[in-house]
Amino acid sequence: MRYSGFKVITEGLFGNKGWKPAWRDPAPKAEYDAIIIGGGGHGLSTAYYLAKNHGMTNIAVLEKGYLGSGNIGRNTTIVRANYFLPGNSEFYSHSLKLWEGLEPDLNYNVMHSQRGLINLFHSDGQRDAFARRGNAMINQGDDAILLDREGVREHLPYLDFEQTRFPIYGGLLHPRGGTARHDAVAWGYARAADRRGVDLIQNCEVTGIDVQNGKVVGVQTTRGAIRAKKVGIVVAGRSSQVAAMAGLRLPIESHILQAFVTEGLKPVIDHVVSFGMGHFYISQSDKGGLVFGGDLDFYASYASRGNLPMVEHVMEAGMTLMPMIGRAKVLRSWGGIMDMSPDGSPIIDKTPVDGLFIDCGWNYGGFKAVPASGWCMAHLMATGDSHPVAARFRLNRFATGHLLDEEGTGSQHNLH
Amino acid sequence: MRLTCPLCGPRDRREFYYYGAEDYLDRPAPDAAPQAWDDYLHNRDNPAGVTRDLWYHDMGCSSWLAVTRNTVTHEILAVEAVADRKGGAA
Repeated sequence: MRYSGFKVITEGLFGNKGWKPAWRDPAPKAEYDAIIIGGGGHGLSTAYYLAKNHGMTNIAVLEKGYLGSGNIGRNTTIVRANYFLPGNSEFYSHSLKLWEGLEPDLNYNVMHSQRGLINLFHSDGQRDAFARRGNAMINQGDDAILLDREGVREHLPYLDFEQTRFPIYGGLLHPRGGTARHDAVAWGYARAADRRGVDLIQNCEVTGIDVQNGKVVGVQTTRGAIRAKKVGIVVAGRSSQVAAMAGLRLPIESHILQAFVTEGLKPVIDHVVSFGMGHFYISQSDKGGLVFGGDLDFYASYASRGNLPMVEHVMEAGMTLMPMIGRAKVLRSWGGIMDMSPDGSPIIDKTPVDGLFIDCGWNYGGFKAVPASGWCMAHLMATGDSHPVAARFRLNRFATGHLLDEEGTGSQHNLH
Repeated sequence: MRLTCPLCGPRDRREFYYYGAEDYLDRPAPDAAPQAWDDYLHNRDNPAGVTRDLWYHDMGCSSWLAVTRNTVTHEILAVEAVADRKGGAA
């Protein structure tokens, strides 16, 4: 069923009785050409692009819970391409271009909103760093505008410009940055993959990876054994556990990242705004809730909930930047399980096991990468070679020293 | 979350600096194979459950601590000073 405005109107006239489930609920087959472990954003987009770009339709996505039940179901929904380093820059640029064509491609409204992203700076040194970053973005073919203080005031008059502790010197505006409806991204990819024949198998937890003579031959699941010569691990925070089933030990440590949503308010924040003097960023959802977050809690955890010190820090940073939000009531907060790599950049690569591929290390920035991650993982699984825009996301780069340390803080687990 | 420092008693999490998995206590010999150094610096078990990791009592007694805790529940099971471990350096 193709979705359209006409379809919405005709269904409305006839009691909405013609809608069908957005995807099938198939039983797993005994064998597939390829299996993707993980039915989140990255796994579903990998399946979609395997089918669409590479004609591989005899494939399955195995999800232990329901589709989109992990980090794609709870994140701060920011889409941007403002990276600096070669290796990251071309990848996120490619991803943003895919975002811009995503809705017609998937025939699904993911509510992609290019409302503009402003990263504030608060010192001369930070201005220089953002000017360099902006130039790198422009060299990559993306957009960046360096705003001075008055330029920021035109966009964000509600900031506390009078405070002296963290004076606002200006901001780097990325007009094509914005947000998207996170669940709809998972649903859109799921439906589009299903329409191309991909089996999306839910409530199917992988319990083992079968390896013979150094080659992957299939997986064991709670719904039986499934054979496949190609298996992709796309499980974010659980990457270490799944990779361990194939005897692998990853350069990944799972950490908590907290985020918060307030009650719904009338439109007040039109952009995505980040504070340069404390880790804080905010946008307003289309439902009206202020969606904001901060830094990691900074220790390894799978608890899916954070601790109060970071809650306090995030609230303080928000109040410092825009005191008006102190009147809003926080409705809920949550902690996502982040697959942190030592240098803060992702991994899309083969593993030492033949036919086993991995897509992980998305740190706290996986949402915007969903289209390009799937695109590049599909390319890797189909052709055996890294896609050019993901060629530096190597699993062994920590051993070889080819790091992608965007923050320049060092290649160490507790620094990103 | 609180950690019970062997010297200072129960203290707020904010007094401590998290370093990482206890793999850091098994430093390879200087002439060890590159793989040993890669494992030491980067590769981790990253367990969902009981783990042991190193914390530094930054705003306290400056002890390095080996903490046994559960990464799923945040329960702290044991805290010992690295210096008190067998063969531990002061």
